[in-house]
Amino acid sequence: MSNFLSGSIGRKVFMSLTGLFLISFITIHLTLNLFLIFDDSGLMFNHAAHFMATNPMIKIMEPLLALGFIIHIVWAGWITLDNIRARPQGYASGDNLLKWWAPSKNMFILGSMILVFLVLHLFNFWVKMKFTGDPLLSKATGEAGEMDNAYALVSNLFINFPLYDLIYIIGGILVGLHMSHGFWSAFQTIGLNNAQWTSRLKFLANLLGILFAVGFSAIPIYFLLKF
Amino acid sequence: MADKILNKIYVKVWRQNNPTSKGKFETYSLENISQGNSFLEMMDILNDQLIQAGKDPVAFDHDCREGICGSCSLYINGHAHGPDTMVTTCQLHMRKFNEGQTITIEPWRVGAFPVIKDVMVDRTAFEKIQQAGGFISVNTGGVPDGNTLPISQDDAEEAMDAAACIGCGACAATCKNSSAMLFLAAKVSQFAKLPQGQVEAKRRAKSMYAKMDELGFGGCSNTGACELACPKSISISHIARLNREYLKAKISD
Repeated sequence: MSNFLSGSIGRKVFMSLTGLFLISFITIHLTLNLFLIFDDSGLMFNHAAHFMATNPMIKIMEPLLALGFIIHIVWAGWITLDNIRARPQGYASGDNLLKWWAPSKNMFILGSMILVFLVLHLFNFWVKMKFTGDPLLSKATGEAGEMDNAYALVSNLFINFPLYDLIYIIGGILVGLHMSHGFWSAFQTIGLNNAQWTSRLKFLANLLGILFAVGFSAIPIYFLLKF
Repeated sequence: MADKILNKIYVKVWRQNNPTSKGKFETYSLENISQGNSFLEMMDILNDQLIQAGKDPVAFDHDCREGICGSCSLYINGHAHGPDTMVTTCQLHMRKFNEGQTITIEPWRVGAFPVIKDVMVDRTAFEKIQQAGGFISVNTGGVPDGNTLPISQDDAEEAMDAAACIGCGACAATCKNSSAMLFLAAKVSQFAKLPQGQVEAKRRAKSMYAKMDELGFGGCSNTGACELACPKSISISHIARLNREYLKAKISD
Protein backbone atom coordinates (compact mmCIF):
# COMPACT_ATOMS: atom_id res chain seq x y z
CA MET A 1 0.00 0.00 0.00
CA SER A 2 2.84 2.40 0.81
CA ASN A 3 4.06 2.50 -2.80
CA PHE A 4 0.51 3.29 -3.91
CA LEU A 5 0.41 6.30 -1.60
CA SER A 6 3.79 7.65 -2.67
CA GLY A 7 3.61 6.76 -6.39
CA SER A 8 2.84 9.47 -8.94
CA ILE A 9 -0.52 7.94 -9.98
CA GLY A 10 -1.52 7.10 -6.39
CA ARG A 11 -0.92 10.64 -5.22
CA LYS A 12 -2.92 11.98 -8.14
CA VAL A 13 -5.81 9.66 -7.25
CA PHE A 14 -5.95 11.43 -3.88
CA MET A 15 -5.94 14.80 -5.66
CA SER A 16 -8.71 13.76 -8.00
CA LEU A 17 -11.00 12.19 -5.37
CA THR A 18 -10.60 15.10 -2.94
CA GLY A 19 -11.06 17.49 -5.87
CA LEU A 20 -14.36 15.88 -6.89
CA PHE A 21 -15.46 15.93 -3.23
CA LEU A 22 -14.64 19.64 -2.99
CA ILE A 23 -16.57 20.28 -6.22
CA SER A 24 -19.64 18.62 -4.69
CA PHE A 25 -19.27 20.83 -1.61
CA ILE A 26 -18.82 24.00 -3.62
CA THR A 27 -21.90 23.18 -5.70
CA ILE A 28 -24.03 23.19 -2.52
CA HIS A 29 -22.20 26.32 -1.35
CA LEU A 30 -22.97 28.25 -4.55
CA THR A 31 -26.60 27.09 -4.59
CA LEU A 32 -27.16 28.41 -1.08
CA ASN A 33 -25.25 31.62 -1.81
CA LEU A 34 -27.53 32.38 -4.73
CA PHE A 35 -30.35 32.84 -2.18
CA LEU A 36 -28.59 36.16 -1.46
CA ILE A 37 -29.66 37.38 -4.89
CA PHE A 38 -33.15 35.94 -5.00
CA ASP A 39 -34.43 37.27 -1.70
CA ASP A 40 -33.50 40.80 -0.62
CA SER A 41 -35.19 40.32 2.76
CA GLY A 42 -32.46 37.80 3.58
CA LEU A 43 -34.95 35.31 4.99
CA MET A 44 -34.11 32.54 2.49
CA PHE A 45 -30.37 32.92 3.02
CA ASN A 46 -30.71 33.02 6.81
CA HIS A 47 -32.79 29.85 6.75
CA ALA A 48 -30.17 28.14 4.57
CA ALA A 49 -27.32 29.28 6.83
CA HIS A 50 -29.25 28.14 9.88
CA PHE A 51 -29.86 24.73 8.31
CA MET A 52 -26.16 24.35 7.45
CA ALA A 53 -25.15 25.33 10.99
CA THR A 54 -27.52 22.96 12.79
CA ASN A 55 -28.13 19.92 10.58
CA PRO A 56 -26.42 16.83 12.09
CA MET A 57 -25.43 15.51 8.63
CA ILE A 58 -23.57 18.77 7.97
CA LYS A 59 -21.87 18.45 11.36
CA ILE A 60 -20.45 15.11 10.26
CA MET A 61 -19.42 16.50 6.87
CA GLU A 62 -17.64 19.55 8.29
CA PRO A 63 -14.49 17.78 9.57
CA LEU A 64 -14.47 15.60 6.44
CA LEU A 65 -14.54 18.73 4.34
CA ALA A 66 -11.65 20.21 6.28
CA LEU A 67 -9.74 16.94 5.76
CA GLY A 68 -10.56 17.07 2.04
CA PHE A 69 -9.14 20.58 1.81
CA ILE A 70 -6.01 19.67 3.78
CA ILE A 71 -5.23 16.57 1.69
CA HIS A 72 -5.88 18.46 -1.55
CA ILE A 73 -3.57 21.31 -0.50
CA VAL A 74 -0.74 19.29 1.10
CA TRP A 75 -0.69 16.72 -1.71
CA ALA A 76 -0.62 19.54 -4.30
CA GLY A 77 2.53 20.91 -2.71
CA TRP A 78 4.13 17.46 -2.51
CA ILE A 79 3.33 16.62 -6.16
CA THR A 80 4.41 20.03 -7.46
CA LEU A 81 7.74 19.89 -5.64
CA ASP A 82 8.53 16.47 -7.13
CA ASN A 83 7.47 17.62 -10.59
CA ILE A 84 9.80 20.61 -10.41
CA ARG A 85 12.66 18.31 -9.36
CA ALA A 86 12.11 16.16 -12.47
CA ARG A 87 13.50 18.99 -14.66
CA PRO A 88 16.65 20.40 -13.06
CA GLN A 89 17.34 22.68 -16.02
CA GLY A 90 14.66 24.49 -17.99
CA TYR A 91 14.46 25.60 -21.63
CA ALA A 92 15.91 28.91 -22.81
CA SER A 93 13.38 29.07 -25.63
CA GLY A 94 10.46 28.39 -23.30
CA ASP A 95 7.46 26.19 -23.90
CA ASN A 96 5.41 27.33 -26.85
CA LEU A 97 2.87 24.53 -27.18
CA LEU A 98 0.40 25.69 -24.53
CA LYS A 99 -0.50 29.29 -23.75
CA TRP A 100 1.15 30.64 -20.61
CA TRP A 101 -2.22 31.19 -18.96
CA ALA A 102 -3.58 27.66 -19.65
CA PRO A 103 -5.21 26.55 -16.34
CA SER A 104 -3.69 23.07 -16.75
CA LYS A 105 -0.17 24.57 -16.53
CA ASN A 106 -1.04 26.80 -13.59
CA MET A 107 -3.07 24.61 -11.24
CA PHE A 108 -0.66 25.09 -8.34
CA ILE A 109 -0.57 28.88 -8.76
CA LEU A 110 -4.36 29.07 -9.16
CA GLY A 111 -4.77 26.78 -6.16
CA SER A 112 -2.39 28.88 -4.04
CA MET A 113 -4.32 32.05 -4.92
CA ILE A 114 -7.58 30.30 -4.04
CA LEU A 115 -6.02 29.27 -0.70
CA VAL A 116 -5.20 32.91 0.11
CA PHE A 117 -8.76 33.82 -0.84
CA LEU A 118 -10.12 30.94 1.24
CA VAL A 119 -8.32 32.09 4.39
CA LEU A 120 -9.62 35.63 3.92
CA HIS A 121 -13.10 34.28 3.21
CA LEU A 122 -13.09 32.13 6.37
CA PHE A 123 -12.13 35.19 8.44
CA ASN A 124 -14.84 37.28 6.77
CA PHE A 125 -17.68 34.93 7.62
CA TRP A 126 -17.03 31.47 9.03
CA VAL A 127 -14.88 32.58 12.00
CA LYS A 128 -17.44 35.24 12.93
CA MET A 129 -20.44 32.92 12.60
CA LYS A 130 -18.82 30.01 14.40
CA PHE A 131 -16.51 31.54 17.00
CA THR A 132 -16.09 35.26 17.54
CA GLY A 133 -19.58 36.48 16.73
CA ASP A 134 -20.39 39.89 15.28
CA PRO A 135 -22.89 42.62 16.21
CA LEU A 136 -24.41 42.28 12.73
CA LEU A 137 -25.30 38.68 13.47
CA SER A 138 -27.80 39.75 16.16
CA LYS A 139 -30.78 37.47 16.09
CA ALA A 140 -33.18 37.42 13.21
CA THR A 141 -36.47 35.60 13.43
CA GLY A 142 -37.75 33.17 10.87
CA GLU A 143 -40.18 30.28 10.66
CA ALA A 144 -37.71 28.01 12.45
CA GLY A 145 -37.45 30.40 15.39
CA GLU A 146 -34.45 32.60 16.22
CA MET A 147 -31.33 32.41 14.14
CA ASP A 148 -28.17 34.35 13.22
CA ASN A 149 -28.65 37.16 10.74
CA ALA A 150 -25.99 35.84 8.37
CA TYR A 151 -27.54 37.89 5.58
CA ALA A 152 -26.71 41.13 7.42
CA LEU A 153 -23.08 40.08 7.80
CA VAL A 154 -22.69 39.18 4.11
CA SER A 155 -24.66 42.10 2.65
CA ASN A 156 -22.82 44.59 4.87
CA LEU A 157 -19.47 43.43 3.50
CA PHE A 158 -20.60 43.53 -0.12
CA ILE A 159 -22.44 46.87 0.16
CA ASN A 160 -19.91 48.83 2.19
CA PHE A 161 -16.55 47.44 1.08
CA PRO A 162 -16.13 47.60 -2.73
CA LEU A 163 -12.57 46.25 -2.41
CA TYR A 164 -14.04 43.01 -1.02
CA ASP A 165 -16.45 42.90 -3.96
CA LEU A 166 -13.47 42.94 -6.27
CA ILE A 167 -11.68 40.26 -4.23
CA TYR A 168 -14.75 38.02 -4.27
CA ILE A 169 -15.21 38.49 -8.03
CA ILE A 170 -11.57 37.50 -8.59
CA GLY A 171 -12.02 34.59 -6.15
CA GLY A 172 -14.97 33.30 -8.18
CA ILE A 173 -13.03 33.53 -11.43
CA LEU A 174 -10.04 31.70 -9.88
CA VAL A 175 -12.29 28.87 -8.70
CA GLY A 176 -13.83 28.67 -12.19
CA LEU A 177 -10.43 28.49 -13.88
CA HIS A 178 -9.15 25.88 -11.42
CA MET A 179 -12.22 23.75 -12.03
CA SER A 180 -12.11 24.08 -15.82
CA HIS A 181 -9.05 21.83 -15.72
CA GLY A 182 -9.61 20.01 -12.43
CA PHE A 183 -12.99 18.50 -13.24
CA TRP A 184 -12.08 16.59 -16.41
CA SER A 185 -8.56 15.90 -15.13
CA ALA A 186 -10.01 14.09 -12.09
CA PHE A 187 -11.81 11.61 -14.34
CA GLN A 188 -8.72 11.12 -16.50
CA THR A 189 -6.61 10.32 -13.41
CA ILE A 190 -8.94 7.66 -12.05
CA GLY A 191 -9.14 6.12 -15.50
CA LEU A 192 -12.75 7.04 -16.24
CA ASN A 193 -12.02 8.50 -19.64
CA ASN A 194 -11.47 7.40 -23.22
CA ALA A 195 -11.06 8.93 -26.68
CA GLN A 196 -14.79 9.74 -26.99
CA TRP A 197 -15.21 11.14 -23.50
CA THR A 198 -12.18 13.46 -23.44
CA SER A 199 -13.96 16.17 -25.41
CA ARG A 200 -17.23 15.67 -23.52
CA LEU A 201 -15.55 15.88 -20.11
CA LYS A 202 -13.53 18.93 -21.22
CA PHE A 203 -16.75 20.59 -22.37
CA LEU A 204 -18.43 19.81 -19.04
CA ALA A 205 -15.38 21.10 -17.15
CA ASN A 206 -15.40 24.38 -19.08
CA LEU A 207 -19.16 24.71 -18.58
CA LEU A 208 -18.79 24.09 -14.82
CA GLY A 209 -15.89 26.55 -14.68
CA ILE A 210 -17.98 29.25 -16.36
CA LEU A 211 -21.05 28.52 -14.19
CA PHE A 212 -19.03 28.75 -10.97
CA ALA A 213 -17.09 31.85 -12.04
CA VAL A 214 -20.28 33.63 -13.14
CA GLY A 215 -22.32 32.33 -10.20
CA PHE A 216 -19.89 33.40 -7.49
CA SER A 217 -19.03 36.74 -9.15
CA ALA A 218 -22.71 37.55 -9.68
CA ILE A 219 -23.28 37.92 -5.93
CA PRO A 220 -20.87 40.83 -5.21
CA ILE A 221 -21.81 42.38 -8.58
CA TYR A 222 -25.50 42.23 -7.59
CA PHE A 223 -24.85 43.99 -4.29
CA LEU A 224 -22.64 46.58 -6.01
CA LEU A 225 -25.26 47.43 -8.61
CA LYS A 226 -28.40 47.18 -6.51
CA PHE A 227 -27.38 48.92 -3.29
CA MET B 1 9.68 25.57 -58.78
CA ALA B 2 13.07 25.76 -57.24
CA ASP B 3 13.31 25.94 -53.49
CA LYS B 4 13.88 29.36 -51.99
CA ILE B 5 17.33 30.04 -50.57
CA LEU B 6 17.75 31.48 -47.09
CA ASN B 7 20.67 33.88 -47.55
CA LYS B 8 21.49 33.97 -43.87
CA ILE B 9 20.25 32.27 -40.73
CA TYR B 10 21.62 32.05 -37.21
CA VAL B 11 21.79 28.86 -35.23
CA LYS B 12 21.96 29.24 -31.45
CA VAL B 13 22.86 25.79 -30.20
CA TRP B 14 23.61 24.28 -26.80
CA ARG B 15 27.28 23.20 -26.50
CA GLN B 16 28.34 20.94 -23.68
CA ASN B 17 31.51 18.83 -23.75
CA ASN B 18 30.43 15.99 -21.49
CA PRO B 19 27.72 15.09 -18.97
CA THR B 20 29.48 16.81 -16.08
CA SER B 21 30.72 19.99 -17.75
CA LYS B 22 28.75 23.22 -17.68
CA GLY B 23 27.30 23.93 -21.08
CA LYS B 24 26.47 27.18 -22.85
CA PHE B 25 24.83 28.48 -26.01
CA GLU B 26 26.94 29.30 -29.07
CA THR B 27 25.55 31.16 -32.06
CA TYR B 28 26.72 30.33 -35.60
CA SER B 29 25.71 31.96 -38.85
CA LEU B 30 24.94 29.92 -41.95
CA GLU B 31 24.61 31.17 -45.51
CA ASN B 32 22.73 29.91 -48.56
CA ILE B 33 20.55 27.28 -46.93
CA SER B 34 17.91 25.89 -49.26
CA GLN B 35 14.41 25.73 -47.81
CA GLY B 36 14.21 22.31 -49.43
CA ASN B 37 16.84 21.05 -47.00
CA SER B 38 15.77 18.98 -44.05
CA PHE B 39 16.64 20.37 -40.63
CA LEU B 40 19.26 17.69 -40.09
CA GLU B 41 20.84 18.46 -43.48
CA MET B 42 21.18 22.03 -42.24
CA MET B 43 22.88 20.61 -39.13
CA ASP B 44 25.20 18.59 -41.40
CA ILE B 45 26.10 21.78 -43.29
CA LEU B 46 26.75 23.54 -39.97
CA ASN B 47 29.00 20.68 -38.82
CA ASP B 48 30.85 20.69 -42.14
CA GLN B 49 31.49 24.39 -41.64
CA LEU B 50 32.70 23.80 -38.06
CA ILE B 51 35.03 20.96 -39.08
CA GLN B 52 36.53 23.06 -41.89
CA ALA B 53 37.17 25.83 -39.38
CA GLY B 54 38.91 23.29 -37.13
CA LYS B 55 36.16 23.36 -34.51
CA ASP B 56 34.30 20.58 -32.75
CA PRO B 57 31.11 19.60 -34.65
CA VAL B 58 27.75 19.61 -32.84
CA ALA B 59 26.84 16.14 -31.56
CA PHE B 60 23.20 15.23 -32.25
CA ASP B 61 21.28 11.96 -32.50
CA HIS B 62 19.98 10.72 -35.84
CA ASP B 63 19.59 7.43 -37.63
CA CYS B 64 16.87 6.53 -40.13
CA ARG B 65 16.00 10.13 -41.11
CA GLU B 66 12.52 9.02 -42.14
CA GLY B 67 10.64 9.47 -38.89
CA ILE B 68 10.44 5.90 -37.62
CA CYS B 69 13.52 5.13 -35.53
CA GLY B 70 12.97 7.67 -32.75
CA SER B 71 16.65 8.66 -32.61
CA CYS B 72 16.45 12.33 -33.48
CA SER B 73 15.41 14.67 -30.75
CA LEU B 74 16.19 18.44 -30.55
CA TYR B 75 14.04 21.09 -28.88
CA ILE B 76 13.78 23.77 -31.55
CA ASN B 77 12.44 27.28 -30.83
CA GLY B 78 10.36 26.09 -27.88
CA HIS B 79 8.95 23.00 -29.60
CA ALA B 80 10.07 19.39 -29.34
CA HIS B 81 10.92 18.33 -32.93
CA GLY B 82 10.49 21.93 -34.09
CA PRO B 83 7.59 24.10 -35.22
CA ASP B 84 5.96 21.55 -37.56
CA THR B 85 3.26 19.15 -36.30
CA MET B 86 3.25 15.35 -36.37
CA VAL B 87 6.83 15.09 -37.60
CA THR B 88 10.15 14.18 -36.04
CA THR B 89 13.15 16.53 -36.31
CA CYS B 90 14.48 14.60 -39.31
CA GLN B 91 11.20 15.23 -41.20
CA LEU B 92 11.28 18.94 -40.44
CA HIS B 93 12.22 21.16 -43.37
CA MET B 94 13.93 24.53 -43.56
CA ARG B 95 10.85 25.97 -45.27
CA LYS B 96 9.43 26.29 -41.75
CA PHE B 97 12.06 28.99 -41.05
CA ASN B 98 12.56 32.51 -42.35
CA GLU B 99 15.35 34.67 -43.69
CA GLY B 100 17.58 36.05 -40.93
CA GLN B 101 15.88 33.98 -38.19
CA THR B 102 17.74 32.81 -35.13
CA ILE B 103 16.97 29.14 -34.49
CA THR B 104 17.47 28.03 -30.88
CA ILE B 105 18.35 24.36 -30.49
CA GLU B 106 18.39 22.71 -27.06
CA PRO B 107 18.66 19.13 -25.86
CA TRP B 108 15.65 17.42 -24.21
CA ARG B 109 15.61 18.92 -20.70
CA VAL B 110 14.57 15.94 -18.64
CA GLY B 111 16.32 15.01 -15.39
CA ALA B 112 16.12 11.33 -16.32
CA PHE B 113 17.75 12.04 -19.74
CA PRO B 114 21.23 13.38 -18.89
CA VAL B 115 23.08 15.26 -21.64
CA ILE B 116 25.87 13.15 -23.17
CA LYS B 117 27.33 15.87 -25.37
CA ASP B 118 25.89 19.05 -26.91
CA VAL B 119 22.27 18.29 -27.88
CA MET B 120 22.58 14.53 -27.54
CA VAL B 121 20.87 13.00 -24.49
CA ASP B 122 20.95 9.57 -22.90
CA ARG B 123 17.48 8.02 -23.24
CA THR B 124 18.39 4.73 -21.57
CA ALA B 125 15.66 5.50 -19.02
CA PHE B 126 13.02 4.70 -21.67
CA GLU B 127 14.75 1.37 -22.39
CA LYS B 128 14.65 0.58 -18.68
CA ILE B 129 10.91 1.27 -18.51
CA GLN B 130 10.41 -0.96 -21.54
CA GLN B 131 12.54 -3.72 -20.01
CA ALA B 132 10.46 -3.59 -16.84
CA GLY B 133 7.49 -5.18 -18.62
CA GLY B 134 6.87 -3.86 -22.13
CA PHE B 135 6.90 -7.30 -23.69
CA ILE B 136 5.06 -10.63 -23.77
CA SER B 137 7.07 -13.42 -22.18
CA VAL B 138 4.59 -16.27 -22.50
CA ASN B 139 5.43 -18.77 -25.19
CA THR B 140 3.31 -17.86 -28.17
CA GLY B 141 4.48 -20.85 -30.22
CA GLY B 142 4.49 -20.73 -34.00
CA VAL B 143 2.67 -18.12 -36.03
CA PRO B 144 -1.06 -18.84 -35.54
CA ASP B 145 -3.61 -18.43 -38.26
CA GLY B 146 -4.87 -14.82 -38.19
CA ASN B 147 -8.47 -15.95 -37.68
CA THR B 148 -7.84 -18.05 -34.57
CA LEU B 149 -7.64 -14.98 -32.32
CA PRO B 150 -10.72 -12.85 -32.82
CA ILE B 151 -9.90 -9.17 -32.24
CA SER B 152 -12.34 -6.41 -33.03
CA GLN B 153 -11.30 -3.86 -35.62
CA ASP B 154 -11.60 -1.02 -33.07
CA ASP B 155 -9.32 -2.76 -30.56
CA ALA B 156 -6.78 -3.61 -33.25
CA GLU B 157 -6.80 0.01 -34.43
CA GLU B 158 -6.32 1.40 -30.93
CA ALA B 159 -3.52 -1.04 -30.15
CA MET B 160 -1.86 -0.06 -33.41
CA ASP B 161 -2.24 3.67 -32.63
CA ALA B 162 -0.44 3.08 -29.32
CA ALA B 163 2.19 0.91 -30.96
CA ALA B 164 3.06 3.83 -33.26
CA CYS B 165 5.17 5.23 -30.38
CA ILE B 166 8.81 5.40 -31.46
CA GLY B 167 10.11 6.25 -27.98
CA CYS B 168 11.72 9.52 -29.09
CA GLY B 169 11.06 11.22 -25.74
CA ALA B 170 9.29 14.33 -27.10
CA CYS B 171 6.47 13.76 -24.58
CA ALA B 172 8.76 13.88 -21.55
CA ALA B 173 10.77 16.72 -23.09
CA THR B 174 7.62 18.81 -23.60
CA CYS B 175 5.80 17.97 -20.35
CA LYS B 176 6.29 20.69 -17.76
CA ASN B 177 6.86 17.89 -15.24
CA SER B 178 9.18 15.85 -17.50
CA SER B 179 6.67 13.05 -17.13
CA ALA B 180 7.00 9.90 -19.21
CA MET B 181 3.32 9.03 -18.85
CA LEU B 182 2.45 9.23 -22.57
CA PHE B 183 5.34 6.90 -23.44
CA LEU B 184 4.40 4.50 -20.65
CA ALA B 185 0.70 4.72 -21.58
CA ALA B 186 1.47 3.84 -25.22
CA LYS B 187 3.62 0.88 -24.22
CA VAL B 188 1.00 -0.46 -21.80
CA SER B 189 -1.93 0.30 -24.12
CA GLN B 190 -0.60 -1.57 -27.12
CA PHE B 191 -0.83 -4.79 -25.07
CA ALA B 192 -3.90 -3.90 -23.01
CA LYS B 193 -6.08 -3.86 -26.12
CA LEU B 194 -4.96 -7.27 -27.36
CA PRO B 195 -5.67 -10.76 -25.96
CA GLN B 196 -1.96 -11.70 -25.97
CA GLY B 197 -1.27 -8.88 -23.52
CA GLN B 198 -3.82 -9.97 -20.91
CA VAL B 199 -1.74 -12.71 -19.26
CA GLU B 200 0.83 -10.29 -17.84
CA ALA B 201 -1.38 -7.18 -17.79
CA LYS B 202 -1.25 -6.60 -14.02
CA ARG B 203 2.45 -7.17 -13.60
CA ARG B 204 3.19 -5.04 -16.67
CA ALA B 205 1.21 -1.99 -15.53
CA LYS B 206 2.65 -2.08 -12.02
CA SER B 207 6.29 -2.74 -12.80
CA MET B 208 6.63 -0.37 -15.76
CA TYR B 209 4.96 2.41 -13.75
CA ALA B 210 7.16 1.72 -10.71
CA LYS B 211 10.24 1.90 -12.94
CA MET B 212 9.13 5.26 -14.39
CA ASP B 213 8.73 6.73 -10.89
CA GLU B 214 12.04 5.24 -9.75
CA LEU B 215 13.92 6.84 -12.67
CA GLY B 216 12.88 10.33 -11.59
CA PHE B 217 10.31 11.30 -14.21
CA GLY B 218 7.59 13.66 -12.92
CA GLY B 219 3.89 12.93 -12.55
CA CYS B 220 1.14 13.65 -15.07
CA SER B 221 -0.76 16.95 -14.79
CA ASN B 222 -3.04 16.17 -17.75
CA THR B 223 -1.98 19.33 -19.58
CA GLY B 224 -2.08 17.47 -22.90
CA ALA B 225 1.16 19.10 -24.13
CA CYS B 226 2.67 15.64 -24.76
CA GLU B 227 -0.10 14.75 -27.19
CA LEU B 228 0.52 17.98 -29.14
CA ALA B 229 4.28 17.37 -29.26
CA CYS B 230 4.09 13.68 -30.14
CA PRO B 231 5.24 13.11 -33.75
CA LYS B 232 2.95 10.08 -33.86
CA SER B 233 -0.09 11.91 -32.38
CA ILE B 234 -0.53 9.40 -29.57
CA SER B 235 -3.66 10.35 -27.64
CA ILE B 236 -3.75 11.07 -23.91
CA SER B 237 -6.76 8.74 -23.75
CA HIS B 238 -4.08 6.03 -23.51
CA ILE B 239 -3.00 7.67 -20.22
CA ALA B 240 -6.53 7.15 -18.88
CA ARG B 241 -6.24 3.50 -19.90
CA LEU B 242 -2.86 3.20 -18.17
CA ASN B 243 -4.35 4.69 -14.98
CA ARG B 244 -7.23 2.23 -15.27
CA GLU B 245 -4.90 -0.73 -15.85
CA TYR B 246 -2.74 0.27 -12.88
CA LEU B 247 -5.67 0.87 -10.51
CA LYS B 248 -7.29 -2.42 -11.59
CA ALA B 249 -4.03 -4.25 -10.89
CA LYS B 250 -3.65 -2.54 -7.52
CA ILE B 251 -7.22 -3.23 -6.41
CA SER B 252 -7.00 -6.92 -7.31
CA ASP B 253 -3.75 -7.35 -5.31
